[in-house]
Order: sequence, then C-alpha cells, then structure tokens
Amino acid sequence: MNINLTLIGQAISFAIFVWFCMKFVWPPIIAALEERSKKIADGLDAANRAERDLELAQEKATQQLRESKEQAAEIIEQANKRANQIIDEAKEQALADGKRLRDAAQAEIEQDVVRAKEALRSQVSTLALAGAEKILGASVDEKAHSEIVEQLAKEL
Amino acid sequence: MASENLTASSYIQHHLQNLTYGQHPDGTWGIAHGAEEAAAMGFWAIHLDTMLFSIGLGILFLWLFRKAAKKVSVDTPSGLQNFVEMMVEFVDQSVKETFHGKNKVIAPLALTIFVWVFLMNLMDLVPVDFLPHLATLLGVPYFRVVPTTDLNATLGMSISVFILIVYYSIKVKGVSGFVGELTLQPFGKWMIPFNLLLEGVGLLAKPVSLALRLFGNLYAGELIFILIAILPWGIQWALSVPWAIFHILVIVLQAFIFMMLTIVYLSMAHEDH
Repeated sequence: MNINLTLIGQAISFAIFVWFCMKFVWPPIIAALEERSKKIADGLDAANRAERDLELAQEKATQQLRESKEQAAEIIEQANKRANQIIDEAKEQALADGKRLRDAAQAEIEQDVVRAKEALRSQVSTLALAGAEKILGASVDEKAHSEIVEQLAKEL
Repeated sequence: MASENLTASSYIQHHLQNLTYGQHPDGTWGIAHGAEEAAAMGFWAIHLDTMLFSIGLGILFLWLFRKAAKKVSVDTPSGLQNFVEMMVEFVDQSVKETFHGKNKVIAPLALTIFVWVFLMNLMDLVPVDFLPHLATLLGVPYFRVVPTTDLNATLGMSISVFILIVYYSIKVKGVSGFVGELTLQPFGKWMIPFNLLLEGVGLLAKPVSLALRLFGNLYAGELIFILIAILPWGIQWALSVPWAIFHILVIVLQAFIFMMLTIVYLSMAHEDH
C-alpha cells in the first residue's frame, strides 16, 4: 500500500469532477426542480382563487335571481292593476256610449213622431176638406176655405 | 489466477497489487511487478488501474447526469431525469438540513462525492476475478478494479475536502479567526500550545478519518470477497451471495457517510464557535 502520485491524480480529477458538476449538472436540474415546485404552488394558488371566484359568482347569481323575481312580481302586479284600470275605463266608455246612442235614438224617435204628426195634420186637413165637400155636396172654394181648414188642422 | 503455480497467499497478494507505473530504481520506466518493486518506485509512481476506474466512473457519472440535465423538463420528466432528480433532491435535502449558510459549491460537491464514491464502491460487487482475469488475458499483469480500496484515492478526496475546510475557514473567519479557533480554545489564551495540539489533532483527524473509514471498509470487503474466491468453486456462492447482499448496504452507507461528513465539516468551517 504505497502513497504515491495517484493521490494527486485523484485530487485533481476530483476537483475537475466537482467543478463540472457545479457548472453543468447541478444548476439546470435544481432550476428545473425549483421551477416545478413554483409551478405547483402557482397552480394550487390559482385553484384556490378560482374556487373563491366561483363562490362569489354563485352568490351573485342567487342575488340577481332573487332581484329579478321581485321585479317580475312587481311588473305583474302593475300589469294587473293596469288591466283592471283599462277594463274599468272600457266599462265606463261603453256605458257612456250606450247612453249617448240611446239618447240619439230617442231624439230621432221624437223627431219622427213630430214629423208624423205634422204629416197627419196636413193629411187631416185634406181629408176634412174632402169630407166637408162630400157632406156639402158642393164644391167649396178651396182658396176661400183653406184658411179655415188650416186653422182647424192646427187645432187638431 | 495469473500463473499456474498458484498458492492462496500469492493469489491474495496478486489481487491486492495495483498496476503501478513508475521509475524502477535502475532508472527505467515501466510497470512494477510485485509489491517490492512498486514500493521501490517511491512517491513518483501512479496506479494506472485506480486512475482508469476512478476517472472512468467519474466520467460515467457526469455523462449520465449531464445527459439528464441537458434535456431537463419541468413538466414531463423522463425515467433518467426522475432518477437524477431523486439523487439531486436527496443530496440537496441532506445539505440543507446540515448546512445553513450560502455556498454554491457544497451541494454539487456533495452530489459528486456521493455518486462517484458509490460508483467506485459498486465495482466491489463485480466478481473479483472477472476483470483482473480479462486484463491478464490482454497482457496486463495486475488489475484492481475498486478504486476506493486504494488509499491514494480516498486520501486524494479527503485531502481535497481538507483544503476546502481550511479555505472556507479562512474565507469566512479570516486568518486571525481561524488561527484563534485553533489556539484560543478550549482553554483560553494561557494554554495556547495545549490548545493548538488539541485542535490541530482534531483538524488533521478529519481528512485522515474520512479517508481511512472509506478505505478500511472497502478494503476489508474486497479482502473477504478474495478470501471467498479461494474456496472451492461449488460453495463460493453460499458465502459470496450473502456477503454481496450485505455489501450493497455497506457501499451505499459508506458513500453517504463520506458525503455527510464532508457537509458537516464544511458547515463547521462556516460557523463560529
């Protein structure tokens, strides 16, 4: 077992190996390991954040749903009110229209009656004249007597 | 099994002999044949097998991890990347638990130590005769395949760690802080020589224990594999299989201990007492 130059050769090769390992082997591997652990940490972080976001969104959605339900109820109520109002208005209108029509009809009827009376009156005068003519057996001077007859007719 | 007239002790010695290249005492350069020749070469010789396997395994480790690092994907990691990430995360975790300062060197250093030492230890599980026998067939007389059973390899690493300990101690605490740490505790300034002795031994014990622990464990394990290999071939499996299974634990554990102690020593170097 001799101590000889091998010792120095070993020390030199050891130094070279360590240097090479330090320069070309260790840094890329350790960098990859660190990057991976960072990536994993980031991923977990993102997952947590996403979960929180989801919770928030759900809450928001629920709230919006509630709001819109309330709004819908309000709108329906308003619509019902409005419908009732319209119905009432329509009823009133119909009543008024009916009344108006009835009044007009009544007026027309009255007018017709007056007109018929007038016609009858004129006819009566003619009839009375004809009757008097027949009764007197003589022709009556229409002109002379028309005044009397008309007076008579007016009195009818 | 290098020669026909094989005895147990020469077999063991042959297996524990590194392929040493150096200058013979007579001035010629070449491979040492036998332990005496290798010892005679002194310091200026090199274990070719240790260097080959340690550098080869180191390159294998870096090639594999670089391959994963080059096409690293954040979203869809493939099989190799999963494995590499697992190792990196494991080492990173260990470093973060022990070392609280800021230092870009320690984590890659720990990863390199862990994987490299593990791979070198793993060679222990290759049956002891496979590669040496193959090498003999190719004309290479000695071939030790487990670099961590060579004290040079473990000391080479632990001394590098020691240099880092001293470097960071001085960098963080300054020269005076480092010297003060060595001399002014545990007994105050009137006991400086004694403190220096105590702390100096403590400091030097770190690389020595680091190297010897790994070397000792793997050397012993290898030796037992070699001893098992001497037994008649029919019963070898009964011992080598349990030992190999147990050894799987040992090689991982020793790699982990080397890494952990390096981190602990360096984190001590960064902290004031």
